[in-house]
Amino acid sequence: MIMRVLLAMAVPVAGILIGLLYKGIDRILAARMQGRVGPPVVQPFRDVRKLLVKENIVPDDAVGWLFGSMPFIALVSVMAILLYLPLGVAPVLEGYGDLILVLYLLIIPSLALVLGGFASSSPYASVGGQREMVKMMSYEFPLAIAVISVAWLLYSSGAGNVFSLSVISGTPVWGLAGIPGLAGLALIFLCLLFVIPGELGRVPFDVSEADSEIAGGIFAEYSGRNLALFYLADAVKAVAMASLAVALFLPYTVSGIFGLGGAAAPAADFLFHLLKVFLVLFVSSTVMRVVTGRLAISRVVSVYWKYPVILSFLGLLLIMGGTLV
Amino acid sequence: MMIMEDAKKLKRLVKSVWVFNWFNSCGFTEILPVVGSRWDMERFGMIPVASPRHADCLIIAGYQTEKSIRRAQRIYRQMPKPAVVIGLGSCSMSGGMYWDSYNTIKRLSDYIPVDLYIPGCPPRPEAIFGGIMKIVQKVKGNG
Repeated sequence: MIMRVLLAMAVPVAGILIGLLYKGIDRILAARMQGRVGPPVVQPFRDVRKLLVKENIVPDDAVGWLFGSMPFIALVSVMAILLYLPLGVAPVLEGYGDLILVLYLLIIPSLALVLGGFASSSPYASVGGQREMVKMMSYEFPLAIAVISVAWLLYSSGAGNVFSLSVISGTPVWGLAGIPGLAGLALIFLCLLFVIPGELGRVPFDVSEADSEIAGGIFAEYSGRNLALFYLADAVKAVAMASLAVALFLPYTVSGIFGLGGAAAPAADFLFHLLKVFLVLFVSSTVMRVVTGRLAISRVVSVYWKYPVILSFLGLLLIMGGTLV
Repeated sequence: MMIMEDAKKLKRLVKSVWVFNWFNSCGFTEILPVVGSRWDMERFGMIPVASPRHADCLIIAGYQTEKSIRRAQRIYRQMPKPAVVIGLGSCSMSGGMYWDSYNTIKRLSDYIPVDLYIPGCPPRPEAIFGGIMKIVQKVKGNG
C-alpha cells in the first residue's frame, strides 16, 4: 500500500521529467533535420524555470477563477492518466481504471485549454478555443475506432476484461490476428500515429495555437506560472499519449528475453518502454512537424474525417473479417 | 534601469529568451537569418513568440511613427515583467535616414524604457548576437 502511494507520487514527477527531456530531444532533432544546431537538451527545463519567475498576468476582463484554474486541471488530469497506463511495468492504479477512463481523461486537458481560452477574454484565445473544439471532434473518431478494433480483437480471442489496460498490455494484439487482421492492425496503427499530432496540437494540426495567424491562440493571454503549467501539461500529455499507443500496439517487454529477475526486470522494462515512447513520438511528432506545414483550419476536419476514418474503418473490417472467418 | 533590479530573475531569464518582434521596417527582413538555419538563435534558447504575454524581450526595429509608437507602448505594457527592450538599427536611435520627417520618432528611449540599442543600417546578425551577449554579461556580472 505504502509502495503504491509512493509510486503514485513518483510517477507524475517522472512523467514531467521525461516529458521535458523529450521536448529537449525533439527540439534538437528537429533543428538537426532543418540544418540547425538546436538548443541544449535542458532547454525546456530552463524555459519552465524562467516562466515560473515571470509575472503572472490575469487580464482585467478575464473570468479569473476559470482562467487560473484551467492550467492546474490540465496538468493534474494528464498526470492522472499516467497512473492508469502501464509504463513497461504494471500501472500504479492496477485494477482501478480502464481504457475508456483513459480516453475520457485525455479529453480533459483539451477541454481545459478550450475553457481557459474562452475565459481569457481575448478574441484570439476565443478563436483558438473554437478551433481546438473543432479539432477534438475531428481526431476523436479515428482514435475511437482504433481503440474499438483492439478491444474487438481481444474480445474475439477470449481475453478477460478487454478494456482493462493490464489485459491489453499483457496480450500483444499482433499475435492474435490472421493475415487480414495483421493488415488491418497495421492500418489502424498508422491512423493512431496520425492522431497523435492532432491530440498533442503539434504542427500540421496546431490550428488552435497558430502563432502566425492568431498570435498563440488559446495561450495568447497566458503568461508566467500559468503558461509554465500548460507547458508541463503539454510535455506530460505527449508521454501519456505515446504510452497509450505503446500499450495498445507495442506492449512487448525485454526482461523475459534477457532473463532478468528481481529489481532489474521492472527497471529494464521501464527503460525499454521509454525507448518505445520516444520512437513513437519521434515518428508521429518530431518528423511530422518538420516535414509538414500547418493545415488550414478548414482542412483539419476533412483530413481527419476522410483518410484516417476510411483507413481505420477498413482496418476494423479486416480485423472483424479475420476473426469471423 | 531594470537590469539593476531583480538580478536573480534575470539570471534565469537570459538562459531562455523568448523574443517578440515589433518590426515595421527593413529590420524585419534583415533579422530573419538570425532565426533561420545559418545563425540559428535557438542555440541560445531564444525563440520567436507570437504573443507579447509570452515574451521576455521586445525587439523594436527601425523607425517608429507617431502612430506606431502607441502600439509599441501597448505591447510593452502587455509584456510580463521582467522584460528587456532592444532598439534595433540606426532608425530607433536617431530616426536614421528619416531624421527630418515630421512624423518620425527620433529617440525610442523617450517613449519606451530601452535597455539596449544595436546600431547598424540594418545591423548584421553578428551585431544582434553581440548586443544580446552584452546583456547576458551584464546580468552575470551583477550576480
